[in-house]
Amino acid sequence: MERNLTQIALFAALIAALGLIPKFTLPLGVPITGQSLGIMLAGTVLGAKRGALAVILFLALVALGLPLLAGGRGGLGVFSGVTAGFLFGWVVAAYVTGLLAEMWASKGGWITPAIAAAIGGILVLYPIGIVGMYLKLDATLLGLTKSMYAFIPGDLIKCVLAGLITQGLRKARPGLVAG
Amino acid sequence: MISLTSEVRTVYHRWPAGPKLFGLCFFTIATFNLGQSLSALLVTLAVAAAYLVGGLRFARQGLRLMRPVFWVAAIILAYHLATRDLEAGVVVCLRLIAAVGLANLVTMTSALEDLLAVVEKCLGALGLPRHIRRRIALSVALVIRFIPVLTQKGAALTEAWRARSHKRFSWKLLLPFALLALDDAEQVAEALKARGGVE
Repeated sequence: MERNLTQIALFAALIAALGLIPKFTLPLGVPITGQSLGIMLAGTVLGAKRGALAVILFLALVALGLPLLAGGRGGLGVFSGVTAGFLFGWVVAAYVTGLLAEMWASKGGWITPAIAAAIGGILVLYPIGIVGMYLKLDATLLGLTKSMYAFIPGDLIKCVLAGLITQGLRKARPGLVAG
Repeated sequence: MISLTSEVRTVYHRWPAGPKLFGLCFFTIATFNLGQSLSALLVTLAVAAAYLVGGLRFARQGLRLMRPVFWVAAIILAYHLATRDLEAGVVVCLRLIAAVGLANLVTMTSALEDLLAVVEKCLGALGLPRHIRRRIALSVALVIRFIPVLTQKGAALTEAWRARSHKRFSWKLLLPFALLALDDAEQVAEALKARGGVE
């Protein structure tokens, strides 16, 4: 019980801390922000239930007024903003990522957690985020979907990073990572 | 941990957090139904006036918090300008600014502990057992305590990296950073167990 609670809390803190890291650029020139990587890691490392709870805890603190989102944003206003759908979608994304990562954990390697992160963090997250934008903006779903294309290469790289980090953690601390 | 609550005391600080949150929910839903540019403008102006009641310094703080929303609004307007439907764009932007503006106003004028008290009351009203509520409270405290700890450890990690590399930051640092969180969680869990454990 204690470990579950502290892992959820510490991963919520990790997602926040990753938001404070300045954008860094990968060799190909793709800029990466840490926070959405933190969401993927919550799923791949903690599994479905605890990963989603860590994200809920993080978002609750954002709602309570702590400036924890990348760029120092926070408060209730972000849940009324255009990107609110993505914030709610993070919970589902972490859950689905975790579910798949747990299911495929016995296969080992970095590819399965990376695929889990891609399904949760892109295929599941984007539609929720886009519907959120659609509800706020007077634009077509197709137009909004097209506007998301630019973020896919960066997110795919994050999925690979999530896979590699998860594999590293499984090797370094066997038994502590879900699955 | 710095919260977004404003240190400039306003009349709203004295209002209880619960009704403020309830009012905000009602207002946010209502903004969805603003279809005319005139009504949207009036509502937005009312929100701006509500900020000004707190004084110029307070309003400036609020404006600073709204900066990302203004950027989004500019993009929306540019899009609607391109599709030659400027009025719809103006309504969308005003609706957005009014909803986010009032939400930020509630955040800026409610102390973290007051909002936490409202959350606890709501969870209790929902029939959540006491031991679960205690666990939630403990997790919130742990996160608030560990954000600065992890940030500090991350900064030390980056500094050690910089001493050995010409690059500012590398993705290779992310693994040890995540490992730090996992190890800290383990140590805190053991410390909690040693003190009688979590209910």
